[in-house]
Amino acid sequence: MHAGAALLPLVLDRVSYAIDGTPLVSELSVTLQAGSRTVILGPNGAGKSLTLRLCHGLLRPTSGSVRWAGAFSGEPMRRQAMVFQRPVMLRRSALANVAYGLKLAGMAKRERDDRARAMLDRVGLLALADRAARSMSGGEQQRVALARAWALQPEVLFLDEPTASLDPAAARAVEAIIRAIHEAGTKIVMTTHNLAQARRLADEILFLDRGRLIERTPAEQFFRAPTTPEATSFLREESI
Amino acid sequence: MYDLGAAFVAALRLIGGLDPGLLGIVALSVTVSLSAVAIAAVLGLPLGAAVALGRFPGRRGVIVTLNALMGLPPVVVGLFVYLLLSRAGPLGSLGLLFTPGAMVIAQAILITPIVAALARQVVEDAWAEYQEQLRSLGAPPRRALWTLLWDTRFSLVTVVLAGFGRAAAEVGAVIIVGGNIEGVTRVMTTAITLETSKGDLPLALGLGLILMTLVLAANTAAYAIKEAAQRRFG
Repeated sequence: MHAGAALLPLVLDRVSYAIDGTPLVSELSVTLQAGSRTVILGPNGAGKSLTLRLCHGLLRPTSGSVRWAGAFSGEPMRRQAMVFQRPVMLRRSALANVAYGLKLAGMAKRERDDRARAMLDRVGLLALADRAARSMSGGEQQRVALARAWALQPEVLFLDEPTASLDPAAARAVEAIIRAIHEAGTKIVMTTHNLAQARRLADEILFLDRGRLIERTPAEQFFRAPTTPEATSFLREESI
Repeated sequence: MYDLGAAFVAALRLIGGLDPGLLGIVALSVTVSLSAVAIAAVLGLPLGAAVALGRFPGRRGVIVTLNALMGLPPVVVGLFVYLLLSRAGPLGSLGLLFTPGAMVIAQAILITPIVAALARQVVEDAWAEYQEQLRSLGAPPRRALWTLLWDTRFSLVTVVLAGFGRAAAEVGAVIIVGGNIEGVTRVMTTAITLETSKGDLPLALGLGLILMTLVLAANTAAYAIKEAAQRRFG
């Protein structure tokens, strides 16, 4: 799917992020490789969303470095995408929303409309292509957001609590799309506070607590027997 | 004491009879104010959006200044433009003083800050919502600015019409730089001023009624556009 040199791996080297001197992410060092689905777990305020934004480049670390270590040289934003908890729909049709990112990438009108249509088809919304995006339901909007991100054929897709504001049925639909995006060759990095969802989607877990990376374990092992007491108590509390 | 009822009837008769003098005044008013609002929109909307998105030293000062300029007294603007355009002024050679062009310039100066300040607020609110998404999609600042202007277009129509209302209703600036010359620079507000002082209430009242109707119609249109757009685009 990706022609040419790769962006990944993503190397975070002692990344810290503070606001007004209050550390929110501390000394985070981790290397994210292509292929697997990485799910970031942790209690509220652990720094999950901040970590995603630091990885994606929306925030600059206060200290430390975020580096794409692959051979790709160029604007890294073009090769990655992010889906937010609350999708931001532009005041235009669903189709135009998906085509917007392609337009920014410099794709010609006819080509981007074709691609946008194909992407809406993949998320099951082709019939609503001409509907005003903001008049759609929350679940539909999130699927448009996924189509918009997917259309860019990102090497990495970051998802910040993509189903947190959705009902179970809509959440399932979103999960299915995330799976399809992964199967098409995109690295997935997402946060969730839904443990069942993490079980369904994760290949590996990054467990954060109070801004620190506590544990990194394959998902299957994490849910069976986490290696740190923090993760153990988190799983126990969350499963009550 | 003038009989108000009689004046009112006479006013309606003037309007109903499509009095050519009256129509000329109305047409000039609308032309001047629409030209001014067009200039103010072209300058003020991008300016407001740029201030909304920009992070530069002195930004707060610019915002406060823009907001303060919304209350710019029309007579002061009139005086300023008069000095610029008068024969001895820096732009005197253009020969614009006492022409509709001078009135357009004065009104544009008057309402550009209004359009810019209100647009800044609208765009800044939208930016708070869109910022991460647009940056994530790789929108460079200039593109983000146009996207925000386009996405807030229905709110901005209201902003521009507020500017139009202000321009059409002001008298202080146009009377100084236009001179209220009959058939050349006489607009509704200056005519009302003159006719009232002369005691010709029917014409003054008739123009007043038309002015009110015009401003009301503009605002009704703005409201309708926004309503319809919100239903259509959310």
